[in-house]
Amino acid sequence: MGKIRPIKKYSYYQKTAHGGFIATKLNYAIGWGRKFSIFHYPFITACCGMEYMSAACAHWDFDRFGVGMTTFSPRQSDLLFVVGTITHKEAPVLKTVYEQMVEPNWVIACGACAVSGGIYDNYAVVQGIDKIIPVDVYIPGCPPRPETILNALLKLQDKIQKQKQDLRWKIIKE
Amino acid sequence: MEDNQRIKENLAEKFKDKILSVKESLGDTVIQVKKQDILEILKFLKDKPQDYSMLLDLTCVDYKGKRLRFEMIYHVFSLSKNHRLRIKCSVPEDDLEVQSVSGMWKNANWLEREVYDMFGIQFLSHPDLRRLFMYDGFKGHPLRKDYPLRKRQPRIRLRK
Repeated sequence: MGKIRPIKKYSYYQKTAHGGFIATKLNYAIGWGRKFSIFHYPFITACCGMEYMSAACAHWDFDRFGVGMTTFSPRQSDLLFVVGTITHKEAPVLKTVYEQMVEPNWVIACGACAVSGGIYDNYAVVQGIDKIIPVDVYIPGCPPRPETILNALLKLQDKIQKQKQDLRWKIIKE
Repeated sequence: MEDNQRIKENLAEKFKDKILSVKESLGDTVIQVKKQDILEILKFLKDKPQDYSMLLDLTCVDYKGKRLRFEMIYHVFSLSKNHRLRIKCSVPEDDLEVQSVSGMWKNANWLEREVYDMFGIQFLSHPDLRRLFMYDGFKGHPLRKDYPLRKRQPRIRLRK
């Protein structure tokens, strides 16, 4: 099997006049598939959870971006949605949850507390969850508006589309 | 109001030399007592006919720099009289032992654990004096004024 070249650069969907096949870049196609089938795990600890609920339910409905499937097991999810204050007491729990997620996975820090500790600069609160786990998209706001959350999801989809996909198998060159 | 007056008179009569001061603050009566008499006075207030049967809150304040550094505060409420009382006692830094009231009020169990966790007050004859909020291995008492403001005690190694 040789290298697959796209017919037109940056197009992932090319129909010939005769119909019948799609020519695309594998990386692009997998990214396209992944960005519209995000299973997210909500790790909600504080008041930003209200905004998360509002964004997830019928009023704002982020299912229309393909983030609709809420899973309550980190083992079946792609996106860890950290919403709210993370304390030092809770930090090992968050780390365990993150480590249980299978690759490829992404993390969103939602709200000022998850991003930087917010107003809680004290003995109890972790100053941003990036002190514990790597974060892909940060959502500012105390709490963030649902539009901000939706924008963050679009940003994340953009990122998933553009990144080098982790295929977990190798294409053997001839 | 009459009840309030009568309670104060009763207390003054019964515990003549044990009550340090009585004053009004923010609509409530504040009674300052000695540390060693706190259990006796609260028991007297809880029993009928005084009937302050509900412990609303039990907390502590750190007045760093004063000779009597800590101050325990007990808020008691009488359901039959619809009346609140505030009892205070000072605790010096070198003698942090206070009698536990968890035998009289069940909710005092956790409230005293919180005060122990945050201020390090030792409650005598408390059934289970452990930290309530902070985790095992946490050093010090974070609501004391001499706890360093930026001190962190993470449980796991933090990323850079």
